[in-house]
Amino acid sequence: MTHWIIAPVILPAILAPFIILAARYHLGIQRVFSVAGVIGLIAVATGLAWQASDGSVMLYQLGGWAAPFGIVIVGDRLSTLMVLLTSVLALFVLLYSIGSNWDNRGRHFHALYHFQLMGIMGAFLTGDLFNLFVFFEVLLIASYGLMIHSGGDLRLRAGVQYVLFNLLGSTLFLFALGSIYAETGTLNMADIAQRVQLIDDNATAGIRVAAVLLLLVFIIKAAVFPLHFWLPSSYAEAPGPVAALFAIMTKVGAYAIIRVYTVIFPPDLLVTNGLHTKWLLPFALISLVVGVCGVLAARKLDRLAAYSIVASMGMVMIAISFFTLSSIAAALYYIVHSTFAAAALFLIVDLVRTSRANLELTEQPPVSDAALTAGLFFIAAIAMTGLPPLSGFMGKLLILDAAFDTENMVWVWSVILVASLVSIVGFSRAGSIVFWKTQNCEQVENNVNHIAPTALSYAGIGGLIAVLVIYTIFSGPIYHYMVATAEQLFAPKEYISTVLESPGKLTKSTEGY
Amino acid sequence: MELLVASAIGLLTSSGLYLVLRLRTFPVIMGISLLTYAVNVFLFASGRLVVGAPPILQDGVSGYTDPLPQALVLTAIVISFGMTAVVVMIALGAYLGSNNDKVDDPVSAQKIDVEEVE
Repeated sequence: MTHWIIAPVILPAILAPFIILAARYHLGIQRVFSVAGVIGLIAVATGLAWQASDGSVMLYQLGGWAAPFGIVIVGDRLSTLMVLLTSVLALFVLLYSIGSNWDNRGRHFHALYHFQLMGIMGAFLTGDLFNLFVFFEVLLIASYGLMIHSGGDLRLRAGVQYVLFNLLGSTLFLFALGSIYAETGTLNMADIAQRVQLIDDNATAGIRVAAVLLLLVFIIKAAVFPLHFWLPSSYAEAPGPVAALFAIMTKVGAYAIIRVYTVIFPPDLLVTNGLHTKWLLPFALISLVVGVCGVLAARKLDRLAAYSIVASMGMVMIAISFFTLSSIAAALYYIVHSTFAAAALFLIVDLVRTSRANLELTEQPPVSDAALTAGLFFIAAIAMTGLPPLSGFMGKLLILDAAFDTENMVWVWSVILVASLVSIVGFSRAGSIVFWKTQNCEQVENNVNHIAPTALSYAGIGGLIAVLVIYTIFSGPIYHYMVATAEQLFAPKEYISTVLESPGKLTKSTEGY
Repeated sequence: MELLVASAIGLLTSSGLYLVLRLRTFPVIMGISLLTYAVNVFLFASGRLVVGAPPILQDGVSGYTDPLPQALVLTAIVISFGMTAVVVMIALGAYLGSNNDKVDDPVSAQKIDVEEVE
């Protein structure tokens, strides 16, 4: 039993209180520890992903208690991939927030940032449903603090909405957990998986309700229509770097759906048969349409970025809803891509915000360093809308390919292709108004609002773009890895046996300590 | 007993939902509190309703109640209490800042940008 698997949770959990207690008055020290912590996280996550890449399942029993009784941390290909994704994203977003001085506009930015990372990492690694709920709450309560970082009336109001919606989501999660516990008598994912198979075909009403409730909770997190209403205003009003970090939060919902509906309710299970293709797919398609309509209709650049997240989650959910090997691999490929692309987009929107009176799509004087910012926006927009040559195109192609053999192929292809066209129109309209229609305005010299972005800000955004480019170049090997990940997901036997049969305290076979 | 608990959960949930849909911060927070009470009772009942039985092994006792839901409820109570405190503070901040306690999107949010850039 290796202890490294719990390090992504422990490291931020120690670092965040340390930053509050020991370095609360020294921003410089906070920054140093924060960046060092995230770099450490990347190192640990890379090691874990390397270990899991051979298909083995790593298990950590907290306190040494055996699985159904104690809480377990499980690392397989999917978990370690998401942990690595989070830590790489966290580094570049952190660099930007230091470069743009966002962390100095309110207190405890770095501590909250690490608590947020702790919650996200824990949610990816845990093997226990109630523990998943607890880590959701950890990441949510940190995100409440980050969301209203540096205050402002509109931001506080959006924050109230965001907190209330998520409180409702948490309540729903508890209802789902209660019904699962009432039906199966356990909350360990592997254990539930075994017991769900044993439920009699005539008595599945309770477990069906639980499965649907759980799906609802996760699509609230993933912002799928009709439960996406919390996202646009919260993401648009949140500070730029925070919104960029939140790009991973919707993916936590997608991850939870993939995890729960491959381990606990596998696609061939009769109980949840048709839940995805009949129910999830239509809502995912509508979600994509709503997202691109929002992109086209947005009157402000930050709303446009927020709606593009709704659209990209719609795309991910379309791929997930088929629940085949190739579609899950495509969904995973698109999840990684859209996380980086959306984060880059939010950071660029924040760059524009610093040197413009507001973010409305009206003719205004050019932003400072207009050529570079516009170029970055151009690249991020290409990635987000899924045009060649960047990985968005590859991801979309994989999703279309996965949908080719299904009976809903006509719907999926037409919606995705038309939606892509609409979102290209929306992005090019926004980009040309913000960056090109600047000639007719009076050129304002020495405007107080105009602060040139620092090199570190560009390093954060450039890093994200560079990761996207590398991701595109190595698409082939990465896609093979995603297929291997999906294969592991569709054969949950090893996951279940590793979790339940590893010896520990109170193991069934020994009946003792 | 079952009927009593079930109808209590139903009543709490329905009044909670009604209040959540009121779109002003005070009723919404009250509604969320009612919902969390409902879910706490629901979690409690998920381990089957047993009256007067101990949760921990003892000598000379034949029937037990499930101890796990009690631990889950404890966690849920702590979390919901903390979250409610957070939302009350944020809602107070939003109300004092804009003199308005509505929770829906302001109509002007699309038009006005109050982003203050130092």
